[in-house]
Amino acid sequence: MAADAPTLISRAGRLMVERPLIPLVLLLFGLIGLLEFLQPGIVNRLWIANTIKAAIPLAMLAACQTLTMLTGGIDLSAGTVATITAFVTATMVPQVGVPAALLIGLGCAVLAGLVNGFGVAVARVHPLIMTLGTGLIGTGCLLVYQRHVIATGSKIPDFLIWLGIGRTFGLPNGLYLFIPFAVLLIWAQRRTGFGRLLYAIGSNEAATRVSGVRSGQVFFALYALSGVIAGITGLLYIGIVKTPSLSLALPLDLPSVAAAVIGGTSIFGGRGGYGGTIVGALILTVLATMLTLLQMPEGARRILFGLIILAVTALYVRLTDRG
Amino acid sequence: MSRWVAANGWTLGLAALLAVLLVVTKLIQPDFGVSGLDSLARAALPFALATLGMAVVVLAGGIDLSLAAMMAVAGVTAALLMQGASDGQAVAVVLFVLALGLGMGAVNGALIVWTRVPDIVVTLAMLFVWQGVALLILKAPGGAAAPWLRALIVGGVTLPGIPVALTEWLPKAVVFLGVAMVVIWLPIRRSKLGLMFYAIGSDPLAAFRSGVPVGPTRIAAYAVCGLFAALGGLSLTMSTGIGEPIPGPYLLAAVAAVVLGGVVLGGGRGGLLGPVLAVFVLRLVRMDLTLLAVDPNVTTIVEGSIMVVVVMLGAVLAIKGRKT
Repeated sequence: MAADAPTLISRAGRLMVERPLIPLVLLLFGLIGLLEFLQPGIVNRLWIANTIKAAIPLAMLAACQTLTMLTGGIDLSAGTVATITAFVTATMVPQVGVPAALLIGLGCAVLAGLVNGFGVAVARVHPLIMTLGTGLIGTGCLLVYQRHVIATGSKIPDFLIWLGIGRTFGLPNGLYLFIPFAVLLIWAQRRTGFGRLLYAIGSNEAATRVSGVRSGQVFFALYALSGVIAGITGLLYIGIVKTPSLSLALPLDLPSVAAAVIGGTSIFGGRGGYGGTIVGALILTVLATMLTLLQMPEGARRILFGLIILAVTALYVRLTDRG
Repeated sequence: MSRWVAANGWTLGLAALLAVLLVVTKLIQPDFGVSGLDSLARAALPFALATLGMAVVVLAGGIDLSLAAMMAVAGVTAALLMQGASDGQAVAVVLFVLALGLGMGAVNGALIVWTRVPDIVVTLAMLFVWQGVALLILKAPGGAAAPWLRALIVGGVTLPGIPVALTEWLPKAVVFLGVAMVVIWLPIRRSKLGLMFYAIGSDPLAAFRSGVPVGPTRIAAYAVCGLFAALGGLSLTMSTGIGEPIPGPYLLAAVAAVVLGGVVLGGGRGGLLGPVLAVFVLRLVRMDLTLLAVDPNVTTIVEGSIMVVVVMLGAVLAIKGRKT
């Protein structure tokens, strides 16, 4: 639009469309700078390691949202699925041992993902409703399950705790799981047929179907994958929190959507990617630290959190619309 | 006549289901009577009001994830202001809270229109904001409710001059709900505004080209939703006597009831009677399962399954309808 008069705003807009990572990273560093300004000396190696540790589960759960949002969907059951996997695994370990417990826990995650996939792909239910419903059913199942295992106690496998809170070379161990995960995901979304299909379906599902894509199969695989990722997140998260509870990953549920949205993935599909989501998760984590640091009452913190999510997405929408 | 039946088939089916469930309840629990009906209605009231609010925005093609948080804001505001207030002041408080609800809803709508951010994201962000506001107003559950407000929704209807036995079976909470629906929704539905809600819900572009001011209409829809949310929060304070700053489980329940009530997500089709009936159906199922001594957690599973199965059925039917 501004071909003959490239204003600053339209340039910034184009930049955000083509390279959404650059302004996001700038924002991240701006926030870190502000944090350092507010409390000199806070930004050190320990803080960085802690921030990364806190951001990893959020970023992983946000992977579910990013992938589903690329097709124009959403996975609101991700938090519940993560909780179920973590809780089931922790309570199964004393009974059946670690490997079997892990299998059972992840099996639950896959099952939930397949149910979502069935609803979205075969019955054509709106993903928002389908995943909300699955989450509701899952929560109910978990409550019933909890009654049966209340006496058996729980144990968290040692390597999950190692993964969750341990450090190697000053960096949290979770990072060594997360980096291959993120690289694999970004590679998959850019280079594999499956990844490109997600973008294609999100841009124009009808056109994709006419071109001979069985979108149902893609949805099935996508939501099952989303379930698996949510399950792995739950396992990682329980290593950090160390106490299995019924509301374990629920505080991550809505922020995971926020992380994907701030990271530039369009909720209507077809645009965005996992790289931005990682930065989005980091931004949210730094933001949370900052709000804690300012010692605001809980109410004011939530208000600011909401307003900032809104402001960032609004800015993003404005800029990309012009671009 | 048959066209009317066809157009309202879903609602009629729900009404029939509700009647069947009432009979089943009576069979399970032969004592089920006036007091049972009353407690059912009172438990369903905040759910029903939340569902009404959600139904209006869904009809207009949106969704409001901040609904339960707005209810909490309205509830704590009412409880805090009513502490030590006289009856006359309490009336002013109620009016203020309703205005507050309209305002909160309008803010949601205005932000959606002005920022052009998808409604899900805006109301998600506003969910945090309203939660924060409720916590700032009241940190822990507290406050009070005027006694006459409580009397408004507890017990059966008694009218002077008519034998009590004739009217007492009708819970006041149902009357309260009916009055709220008739006073708020009926004028809107009959006016141009209601038509415009449906218009922007079914096709915003077509509505815009037909001269509907899409932005203001959307704001109005969210404002009406906020009004119902305020009523819902008020009804919570009325029945418990205190304000609760942590939002209850009303968001999911409202979405479930809206869908079960035959309102199509994405907007443009459905009414408000269906969702209300759906609320009562869902509450009654829960009550029956409790009466049958089923684990209350199993009822959550059943509720979720009902919601999912109904939506799947609805979606499949919609696909079939399009093909023929």
